[in-house]
Formats: sequence, C-alpha cells, structure tokens
Amino acid sequence: MEDWRKNKRVFGILFLPPTFWLVFFFTFPLAIIWVYSFGHRGPLGQMEVTLSFEGYVQAMDWTILYIIVKSIWIAAIATAICLLLGFPLAMGIAFAPARYKNVLLLLVILPFWTNLLIRTYAWIAVLRTNGYVNGFLGWVYGLLDGFFGFLGAPDALGGFEPLQLLYNRRAVIVGIVYVNLPFLVLPLYATLEKLDKSFLEASLDLGAGQWRTLFSVTVPLAWPGIVTGLLLTFILALGSYLTPDLLGGPDSIMIANLIQQQFGPARNWPLGSALSFILMYVTFLCLWLKAMAAQREGGVSY
Amino acid sequence: MTTATLRAPATPRRRSRSTIAPLEFTRKRWLQAIIAFNFVFLYFPIVALIAFSFNDSKRNITWQGFTFKYYDKAFHNPALHDAALNTLIIAVVSTVVSTILGAMIGLALQRFKFPMKGLYDGLIYLPIVIPEICLAIAMLAFFNAIHMDLGLASVIISHIAFSFPFVAVIVRSRMSGFDMSLEEASRDLGANDWQTFWNVTFPYMVPGVVAGSLLAMTLSLDDFVITFFTSGPGSTTFPVKIYSMVRFSVTPEVNAASSVLIALTLTLTIGAMLIQSRSTKKMNANG
Repeated sequence: MEDWRKNKRVFGILFLPPTFWLVFFFTFPLAIIWVYSFGHRGPLGQMEVTLSFEGYVQAMDWTILYIIVKSIWIAAIATAICLLLGFPLAMGIAFAPARYKNVLLLLVILPFWTNLLIRTYAWIAVLRTNGYVNGFLGWVYGLLDGFFGFLGAPDALGGFEPLQLLYNRRAVIVGIVYVNLPFLVLPLYATLEKLDKSFLEASLDLGAGQWRTLFSVTVPLAWPGIVTGLLLTFILALGSYLTPDLLGGPDSIMIANLIQQQFGPARNWPLGSALSFILMYVTFLCLWLKAMAAQREGGVSY
Repeated sequence: MTTATLRAPATPRRRSRSTIAPLEFTRKRWLQAIIAFNFVFLYFPIVALIAFSFNDSKRNITWQGFTFKYYDKAFHNPALHDAALNTLIIAVVSTVVSTILGAMIGLALQRFKFPMKGLYDGLIYLPIVIPEICLAIAMLAFFNAIHMDLGLASVIISHIAFSFPFVAVIVRSRMSGFDMSLEEASRDLGANDWQTFWNVTFPYMVPGVVAGSLLAMTLSLDDFVITFFTSGPGSTTFPVKIYSMVRFSVTPEVNAASSVLIALTLTLTIGAMLIQSRSTKKMNANG
C-alpha cells in the first residue's frame, strides 16, 4: 500500500469526490438528525433547535418505552424462530453432498433478491381472511363437515369462521422471519461448512449420541457464527418498517413506524430524531458485539 | 414372477443405501422434512403471487384459468407507466454515479494509506449497516433543511448515498487480487499514469465494476423505504406505486406488476453473479 503523500494528485482525484458525497449527503443529514434530537418542538409542531433532552425524555415515556420494548421483543422472537428454522437448514446444506450444496444455497438466497415490499405483500395474500391459509382450512373444514354429515351429524362443527391471521403481532413476526431468514442461514452455513468434521466424528466414535454431539461439540464450535447470524438478523428485524406497516395492526407498530409517525402526522421531529438515534445506538451495540464475537474466532467476519 | 426375481437382488443394495453414515444429516427423514418446510415457507408466497397474476379471476384465490389480461392492464395503466419511467431514470442515474464514486473510493481504499483510515472505513460501511428508516428520515430532514423540493433529484441523491458504498466494497475486494508490479512494468515501459490506468488497471477492475453497478441498480430498483420518504408527488417510483396499490386492495394487477419487477431484479442479480463467478474462475485459472 502506498502512502497518500507519495501520489497526492491521484489520491486527491480518487478520494475527494466520493468523500464529498459521503460527507455532504450522508454524514451531514445524520448530523442534522442528531442536532434535532436535542431540539424542542414548537407549539405548531415546528422544529426549534435548542439544547434540550426533551426528545430523549419523551422517548422514556411509558407509551413510547412500551413500543420500544415491544419492538425488541418482536425482533428477539423473530430471531429465535429464524434460528430454530435456520439452524437445521444450514446444517443440512453444510453436510449435503457437494453437488447439491450450491443449488441449495442458491435456493436460500433467491427469494431474498425479490423486492422486500413484494415479499411482504405476498404474505397479505396468504394470511388475509380469504387468503390461501383460510382457503385451505375452509376446504379441510368442508371435508370434515361432509364426513360428519355422512355419519349422521350434520352441523356438528358449526359454521366455518375464517381465522384472523393478518394485522396482528403474529403476522408481523411471520413476516419478519420470512424476510430475514437468509441473513441467519448464510453466516451459519459459512461457519458450519468450515467446521472440522473430524471433531464430530471423534465425539460420535467416543460414544456420545447425536444430540450430545450437537450441543457439546457442534454448537460450541459454531458459536461465533451463530452469534454473528443472530445479531445480524436481530438488527435487521429491529429496524423493520414495512413488515409491521403492512402486516401489523395498530397494536403491533415497531420503532421504525413510530419514527415515521413523528416525522409524519405527529409532527414531533425531536422525538423522531431521538428515537432514530436510539435505534442506531442499539444497532451499533449489536455490531460491536458481533465484531467481538468474530474477533474471538480469529478474524472471521461477514 | 418376473418382477419378484428382478426385485430380489435389489434388496441388499437398498439396505446398504439405507444405512446412513453418522454425518449424513441430509439423509435423515426429519431433517429433510425441516428443510422441505423451510423451502415451502420461503417459496410458497412468491410462487403463489406469480401464479395468481395469471389467474383469470378477481377474487384471486381459486384458479379460474390462464390469462395475460392483468399484465395487459398493468402495462396500460398510465400511473404505473409514469412510476416505471421514474424508477428507470432514477436507477440509471443513480447507478452511473454510484458506480463511478464507488469505484474511485474502492480503488483509493485498496491502494492508499492515509491518516484515520480505520475511521473512514467505518464511515463508508455506515450507509450499509444503519437501519433504512434512520437514513430515510435523515435525508428527509436534510432536504427540508436546505429547502430543496422533494422530487427525482432528492431520490437520486439518496439512492447514490446508500448505493456507492456497496460498489466500493465490491471493487475493493476485486482489486485486492491485483498485482501492483503490472503497473510498475507499464510505467517502466514508458506509459504515463493515465495510460497505465486505462490499459492495465481498469481492465482488471471491470468485473468488479460491472458487478457493483448491477448491485447498485438492483438496490435502486428495489428500494422502497428511502424512496418513500424522499420522493415528491411527481416522482413516485414503481415500488412506491405498488405500495399505494397494495394499501388500497389486493388485485391480480398488483401481482402482475410485482412479477415484472421480480423478473427484472432476478435477471440483473443473476447477471451480476455470473459475471463475478466467471471473473473469479478466470482469476483462479490464471493462477
């Protein structure tokens, strides 16, 4: 690597335009929000730049704090479900015969290249009152009803009531799991793939069962990858805006939706800015933990 | 009779096949079931969405026969037309600028040492890692503060801000395999800096630049959150338009429009992947 002083002209040409963009159109906007987060909301909802902690104090108000805690809770549950689904999947791909590996990996990544909005919208069609799930349940119900009618007890089940699957917290969790699953599977796969399989064989040879081998050998060895994947998924889940917006009801809004409300109808920019920085600080904390986990493994990073 | 005699020798072979080695997890039925469930979970919604864009029924749930009429309808919807045109303009301008800026900074980061480089490295990753909503409202507040009207320009500026770091990362990793002695050789043979760049360095960079630009294009085409906050009334993009249609109702026309977008993004991404894998293969082949 060259020192920049040796070739100032080339360095300047390459370095300055992108840096200008990064500073002026990225860092500066973030700085504005940071300053606003210490601002004061005027009587008409206008922004007054002052030095107050009003926004942060309001963010600690119970109603707001409740939404923050709930967002963290939703993100944590979704991440846990991703792990439950994703670990066997990653395990399966990592131990699959070599010729299937790439195909399976591609199949995991493929849906994640389709638009986030469309993937979320697709779930509306699945979960809504006359959606596929309720359609399927209604069909099964019809069969059962016919069966009971055949037995001579028509109407034993009562009429079919479609389940209310959409616009609640469960739908939001399903949506977040769906959108973020590949982000957990890929780091998990990368770690499991690199794992020295002879450790597993040794454990099995020495008489440990499959489950014991899994929990005493595989999981501890793959731990940095698991932590990386979990934190990455958690960060993305916590910042979800579209999923709660489209699949959630009024009781399932998350931090991102709250931020949007402060900049939209509520017109409380200091609170919105403060919330957005709280979200960013949580993200940074997770990234720092992720870097720590990666460092422990000796520089594996994603 | 014949079937029985034919089957007899097959039995031991089948038995040997069914003894699963301890680490052959993929052959365990329960794991296969979980993997199958995962793939059904991942694919069912999208496949259903695409399939029902061809369904000849407004109600969307039962199959009534094959039709292209919703594609026809979507193609002749003037609002979707405008949105598609806006998306295209934004994507093209944003891709060109992000590719140039990203390639420049990627090259600079790979090549030069400078004070506080660690900090700069962190800064350039920031647009990739911060939650979209934070960047979106920051851009909104910024355009508001400098009194710039929201429109195509504000969307393009925001798209470049979050796309070019991705290009930078890709170009930088591509250039990490570059042999600097090639440049020295070129200079020794009498080429100036500019000639060396165009004839030696740039050809090596190309696969990274192309892959990066396709990624930037996909990011721009697909972005919803940031566009939603930085676009004005006349600069609605395709995803934002789909969003407002979705809010209104679920119709096969939305499915058709979505399927077109899916096809477009998939083509671009697979193209980027092929280019990248071909260039790594070539790199490996060259030693």
